Amino acid sequence: MAHRIERASMIPDTRFSLLQKKTPATIVGLTDIYTIDKTLSGSDLEKCVQSLTHPITEKSVVDAYHMPPAFDWAVEIGFLPGVTDNVAATVRRTVEDCLGKPFACNERVYTSQRLYLIGSEQDARTLAQLLANPLIQRFSVWAHDHPQSLPLPLVALDMNNVVTKIDLGIPDEDLAQLGMAGIIDQSGSRGPLALDLPSMKAIQCYFHRQNRQPTDVELEAIAQTWSEHCKHRLFSARIDDVDGLYQTYIKGATRKIASPLCVSVFTDNSGAIIFDDTYLVTHKVETHNSPSALGPFGGAVTGIVGVNRDALGFGKGAKPIINTYGFCFGLPEDKQQLFRAQNMPAILPQQIMEGVIEGVRAGGNCSGIPTPQGFMLFDVRYKAKPLVFVGTVGFMPRIMNGQPSHEKKAIQGDSIVMVGGRVGADGIHGATFSSQALHAGSPATAVQIGDPITQKKMTDALLEARDKGLYQSITDNGAGGLSCSVAEMARESNGCTVELDKVPTKYPGLAPWQLWISESQERMTLAVPPKKKEEFLSLMQRRGVEATVIGTFTSSGKCIVAYGREQVMDIDLDFLHDGAPKLQRQSTSSVVTHETPPPMQGSLTEQLLQLLGRHNVCSREFISVQYDHEVQGGSVIKPLQGAGRVNGDATVTRPLLDSYKGIALSQGVFPSYGDIDPYAMASCAIDAAIRNIIAVGGRLDRIALLDNFCWCSPDEPERLWQLKRAALACYETAVAYGTPFISGKDSMFNDFRGYDDQGNPVKLSIPPTLLISSLGIVDDVHQCVTMDFKRPGDRLYLVGKTDDESGGSEYNRMRSEQLGKQCLGNNVPLVHCQTNLPIYRLMHDAIAHGLLSSVHAPGIGGLAVSLTKCAVAGQLGALVDLSAYDLPAEKLLFSESAGRFLVTVPSTKCKDFEELLQEHAVLIGYVTNGPVAVYHDAIRFVDTDVARLEQAYKARFASW
Amino acid sequence: MVNVLILAGYGINCEQETAYAFAKAGAHTTVMHLNDVLETRCFPEYQVLVFPGGFSYGDDTGSGKALANRLRNTCWQELCDFVSKDKLVIGICNGFQVMTCLGLLPSLGTCSVALTHNTSARYECRWVELAVTSDKCVFTRGVNGLELPVAHGEGRFYAQESVLKQLKQNGQIVLRYAHGGMPAQGVFPFNPNGSLDDIAGICDSSGRIFGLMPHPERYVAMTQYPLWCGGDGKREPYGLQLFRNAVEYFS
Repeated sequence: MAHRIERASMIPDTRFSLLQKKTPATIVGLTDIYTIDKTLSGSDLEKCVQSLTHPITEKSVVDAYHMPPAFDWAVEIGFLPGVTDNVAATVRRTVEDCLGKPFACNERVYTSQRLYLIGSEQDARTLAQLLANPLIQRFSVWAHDHPQSLPLPLVALDMNNVVTKIDLGIPDEDLAQLGMAGIIDQSGSRGPLALDLPSMKAIQCYFHRQNRQPTDVELEAIAQTWSEHCKHRLFSARIDDVDGLYQTYIKGATRKIASPLCVSVFTDNSGAIIFDDTYLVTHKVETHNSPSALGPFGGAVTGIVGVNRDALGFGKGAKPIINTYGFCFGLPEDKQQLFRAQNMPAILPQQIMEGVIEGVRAGGNCSGIPTPQGFMLFDVRYKAKPLVFVGTVGFMPRIMNGQPSHEKKAIQGDSIVMVGGRVGADGIHGATFSSQALHAGSPATAVQIGDPITQKKMTDALLEARDKGLYQSITDNGAGGLSCSVAEMARESNGCTVELDKVPTKYPGLAPWQLWISESQERMTLAVPPKKKEEFLSLMQRRGVEATVIGTFTSSGKCIVAYGREQVMDIDLDFLHDGAPKLQRQSTSSVVTHETPPPMQGSLTEQLLQLLGRHNVCSREFISVQYDHEVQGGSVIKPLQGAGRVNGDATVTRPLLDSYKGIALSQGVFPSYGDIDPYAMASCAIDAAIRNIIAVGGRLDRIALLDNFCWCSPDEPERLWQLKRAALACYETAVAYGTPFISGKDSMFNDFRGYDDQGNPVKLSIPPTLLISSLGIVDDVHQCVTMDFKRPGDRLYLVGKTDDESGGSEYNRMRSEQLGKQCLGNNVPLVHCQTNLPIYRLMHDAIAHGLLSSVHAPGIGGLAVSLTKCAVAGQLGALVDLSAYDLPAEKLLFSESAGRFLVTVPSTKCKDFEELLQEHAVLIGYVTNGPVAVYHDAIRFVDTDVARLEQAYKARFASW
Repeated sequence: MVNVLILAGYGINCEQETAYAFAKAGAHTTVMHLNDVLETRCFPEYQVLVFPGGFSYGDDTGSGKALANRLRNTCWQELCDFVSKDKLVIGICNGFQVMTCLGLLPSLGTCSVALTHNTSARYECRWVELAVTSDKCVFTRGVNGLELPVAHGEGRFYAQESVLKQLKQNGQIVLRYAHGGMPAQGVFPFNPNGSLDDIAGICDSSGRIFGLMPHPERYVAMTQYPLWCGGDGKREPYGLQLFRNAVEYFS
């Protein structure tokens, strides 16, 4: 018998205000509903109600409707069966706590929320559809005189634990079809294997040699291991004459640089560099694009919580200490509906944006990890496929228990232990997402929701176990679930045997292949030596963390998996990991010439104000204040700088509270340049990521880089050419600057295929986007500098060369819109590494010697935007004369030339600064108490007060 | 030396920096998982008990509620014993929420005030100005005004009129949000959450039991202040004094 506790606030519920924005109806009530599917006595039920209800602000009713006195319609939203429900988990613990006994296996809690509104039925239905994501939620709408509650979301799986043999002795045509469409069950396709014909032939050949047919478990496992996601086959493919872009250009750059900074690169879940004699610092940046397109909140929260595990899964386990983010969205004002299929609308950009921002907030804040560094970019081409970058910096001692902490090795006889959450049908074939999963009564879901608290508890407990030396090796359960994590660790010992029936599950009925490849979150796989097993399991139990021995590492050279008495997998590790045939591809060059906008005459003030308000330039303060950037107490340079609170491009954090050594983080991303030349996109991204760190006080020889290639249509030779150009630029720029890559990830299939509202097919591909994330070590954070102008009278210098490089600039994009035609220009910024190198070193010296009051590295929007940001941040003006340059003012102001710094210097230090920087620094003005005014050859091009600039910069998202 | 017990586990996440702040102020600190505290029943060994900030149980079902339930069901008597002696208790942010749900504040035994969803209905991480409006609390002795960061989604202080009146009369309202030395008067963002009467922190009638939404442990070094860079940072890190006062209470 299920009991429903309906709880509402007795004082004005401020959660209304956000909901009220979404509907013309008037919201008059909001109830939280906890449905406890358990037999409870009257007094027990009363205890539960008391535990769940705040006596001052809330009131609950039991097994009745908690309705406001007057309303027209009610909308109740709850989860679909099997979807992670974190609140329900807490209600369950609360009930167990207050009754002093655990739930039986068939007893559960479900939660839902009900809104009451005054308005029409249509208003109610529209609001329900806006709030409920049909992939994870369901809703009911009822009139005030017909109350009804949602039925229980019971998971009904058809108890299918049969293992089937797959016949591979079939013609190539059928083999290709099997690889593409996947295995067909009684209930239809399980979802694609995403294996091409050469891969299927390799598998066919292997099992032919074994003289048997593969089981479904084996085929599914190979598909996971060989997937683009896990093995990066395109990035490893031979493209033209280059044998693997990743090997040649990314790893190649790191090999060539041979930096003494590097501790562990490319081989582990994160990359690591030296922090000091005692500690090392790791970094990893992931993408979670497809999941975020389908379930923005769930996709983003699983993304951020997932990449935290890349720190925890590095070496013997690094502590996650800083999160980073990067979002590429369609324009939130774009309400033009797209459809995935008939009657299956794609989520609109504004909802994607809201959900993703909220997801990273929930994941980061709940985990107690500061999230200071990030960016947000907009382009219509991200409309149906947003890019969601999430990163985590980790920190750990270099030596632990007498061993180098970055080394790990499972050995024969160690137990395979799964720690953390339980396994459900979550995320199975998540990326390929069959229409099967969309039916209302579908048994489980491919869109997941992260559970940061389960993971936080697990993280705390595992770091404790690490310090006690209770395990030998650890890795994350991410893509491919156990099938990938166990098989990956099995390489360390050279074999494993697994008993799948030992794996704890969320609900009964999962088939063996599902247990093996499920991507259920918040799990790590560990190798625990026999003599530590008891101590390890006991520690986990005392911390309330589930840990289960599911097998043993061996040295058999094989990955052997059993389900009960039946052996369901027996594959040579060599074949599993290295059996995939190498891809070969040809690329075709594609150079496009763009129109150039005609020059503007007269004042550029209005142009500057308009530019400041653009999505890609304006303030994102509303994100910065939602993401806790102070927790752990290490923040030095925060996401908002100066009294004027302007978003900076780099942040600095102290990982040790008793040390003044810091970690600087930044990012560079210029997809706009890629429309003209992907080489420039890549080199400028690297330059910006490095320059931003120099600008806050970092130094060139203490910077490492991470790459995230997000591409589209990799089957098109032109896209491969772009990829090759960008990768080449990565090599040449990183080598020139001496900044090694330490980790990277790629996501190749960022295309949307669907329909417009007329039913016409639509293909929308993202602009190829390379994110470069940078990680720098700052010796003494007291030397760090922010961008805000500090005092009137300080001299203003521009360091580095400005060229006519408006191609692909934000200004040219704005001009294109003003003129109603695409005129991006062609002169993309070029990075002159050899010129920049000495400047970057001198800039570091200038900062280290305390010569500078403020520094900013101009980026999107060029000098004009840089000047504005420094002025607004400092709430001070500037008088600027650019007559020293012989370019037109429009170019000087808005060209996005790389390699530059805008700095202010106290008058007493100008001589020292000029002697140090020599011809690289040009005096262009000084800081004032007045407006921001810019002259060129005695003509005033910009003249406006700081308040107006601030208004233009902050208006767009002011009400978000 | 003053022994400080700092609770950890179940989603508490500010235990390390809180321990650092107490250590910097001269205390001996122990960070202990709640389950170990329950196993060892070690409360009597400590002079100061700390409920640090965090997201205990993810704030699900209402911030602080689930952890308060767990404490009530497992160690209520020991907590009462601790509070009744001449000892100190501080709850910061989520710890404050736990203490109010549990009935450690504003008076022992019953839950009479609430910290609920911010008026903005959003999580707010920002620095605020605070005025010390009572001299009753041990932790804020000798402090007049201070700046500290807040970071919470549920920090709106609420109490019924009669309770509020009582708190005022007893001098239990220790911290109020302020702006330019004047009361914030509910104006966002100076009062970041819509707290009734700008209340940011309260103590019990003895002044030994203290809870506050802002994070004093996040301002114990100069470089933690937002405008430190540029010459405005040579001031005393305000948060540290709160921890020093706790240590000095026992010397």
